[in-house]
Amino acid sequence: MAASAIEDEPTRRDFVFVATGAMGVVAAGFAAWPLIDQMNPDATTLAAALTEVDIGNIAEGQIVTVKWRGKPIFISHRTATEVEAARAVPLSELRDPASDESRVQKPEWLIVIGICTHLGCVPLKNAGPFEGGYFCPCHGSVYDASGRIRQGPAPYNLYLPPYKFENDTKLTIG
Amino acid sequence: MSGESTYVPKSRLAKWFESRLPIIGLVHSSFVAFPNPRNLNYWWTFGGILSFMLAAQIVTGVVLAMHYTPQSGLAFDSIEHIMRDVNYGWLLRYAHANGASMFFFALYIHMFRGIYYGSYKSPREVLWLLGVIIFLLAIATAFMGYVLPWGQMSFWGATVITSLFTAIPLVGDSITTWLWGGYAVDNATLNRFFSLHYLLPFMIAGVVVLHVWALHVHGSNNPAGIEKKTDKDTLSFHPYFTVKDGFALVCFLVLYTWLVFYVPSYLYDSDNYIVANPLQTPVHIVPEWYYLPFYAILRSIPSKLIGTATMFAAVLIIAFLPWLDTSKVKSAAYRPLYRIFFWLFVACCVLLGYMGSQPPEGGYVLAARFLTVYYFLFFLVILPLLGRYEKTKPLPVSIYDAVLGKHGHAKPADVNP
Repeated sequence: MAASAIEDEPTRRDFVFVATGAMGVVAAGFAAWPLIDQMNPDATTLAAALTEVDIGNIAEGQIVTVKWRGKPIFISHRTATEVEAARAVPLSELRDPASDESRVQKPEWLIVIGICTHLGCVPLKNAGPFEGGYFCPCHGSVYDASGRIRQGPAPYNLYLPPYKFENDTKLTIG
Repeated sequence: MSGESTYVPKSRLAKWFESRLPIIGLVHSSFVAFPNPRNLNYWWTFGGILSFMLAAQIVTGVVLAMHYTPQSGLAFDSIEHIMRDVNYGWLLRYAHANGASMFFFALYIHMFRGIYYGSYKSPREVLWLLGVIIFLLAIATAFMGYVLPWGQMSFWGATVITSLFTAIPLVGDSITTWLWGGYAVDNATLNRFFSLHYLLPFMIAGVVVLHVWALHVHGSNNPAGIEKKTDKDTLSFHPYFTVKDGFALVCFLVLYTWLVFYVPSYLYDSDNYIVANPLQTPVHIVPEWYYLPFYAILRSIPSKLIGTATMFAAVLIIAFLPWLDTSKVKSAAYRPLYRIFFWLFVACCVLLGYMGSQPPEGGYVLAARFLTVYYFLFFLVILPLLGRYEKTKPLPVSIYDAVLGKHGHAKPADVNP
């Protein structure tokens, strides 16, 4: 190319070149999005979002598992001593500080997602050093009767699902 | 793949074809006339073994896919259908499942050989990086393949490994949901894993072509760790190395077929003969043996984010070997100190594998922590420092000298004095 062309840079041709390239990148991004988003949860998965449970026949001290959105939900009918023990713990002792009061709607009912916050295993119910607590057999995380992480590698307390007590015996999760 | 071809087509048809597509000449120069260092030992036969195993996995895998159903309600039964009803289905499945183990067995020997003889050093860094990419693809492929039978270990292995991504701050949960295609491992996950499990081996095959291409630019490293200079240093690929590779392959196949025909379920977790149950985790989740060292590293650290990051780092650090090892001498045969630390590293990896197979309690976790520390010390401290302070032994003048003695006598000299 002639020397004069170099002195005149940036030329109209450079501008068109860069603009075309930029538009190409934008177009590639739009074209890629459907290919990426198709992997997200589909409409049928999103629709299966409500689970109704009859809690009338869950005895005190018993923890039952129900399925919601493909995940296990633990419904724990806690004893008075379990609630007392959970509420007596100072927040400073907790890795993921949360009061027991903030984790329940009714003191005797703890409803948590039964998935260890470490790597997604289902913890064992009524297991581990805490009465009414949970123990994950995969990597040894220990949760108390409030579903709070107390020992082991998990970083957070067991998550709480959205739920509502319709009446004394009927619970809706979701 | 190796410069000028010495192939001369004889017939008129061969001349006509070669002048239009010189592929016979390419094969001839790469796998017939190609000059290999004459001192290659049997540790150098695992590249050929791995090529064979990749082909065997693709062939058995394509056939198995003709009978398998990637649907969460049907997958488990379709495996039993293959085992009981399909003609030779039991053989094909056992060959494929054990073939994955044999692939990793050969791959780890191939990698340790590269580390012992410094095969990653200049001018073979890109060759090494391509190998690391093959390793990563093989890890992903085998992981997704193990999910397909949809047993308890398939399901919970998939759950634990995909949940590693929840450790990523802020976007971790969204990424995991995206990987799953739902709020837990389910049919959508199984479908996409099957699709990718079918795709990735062909990507591995593509990278293998690049790996061999890069290899043939400078040729193989060798036990002496010095470059070939004259024709006296080399022998032609055929018949010398085709026969050597062939013999090693047959020995390897004895082990492989013994596994397939005599103890086909030895390496398989019996929990995987229980159909996947999303509400019940098996008491003891163990990955396949070839992931155990990395699994032990993950579990040795009592923090989810740091544990996950450390495990990925343990895999990726292998890619940085060419720059972490500062020694100019390639082969451990001339590096007395390095040789000790190398074998400690091998022992460390094997012991980490053992710790990964044990429950995550007390002494096992503590031992895994010490081993994890050595694993990273080897790469980050020992290798850079050894290059500076190690007193290496004098290198032979040429490969020919290393093999046949200094004065050209046909007397075998010890390359490993």
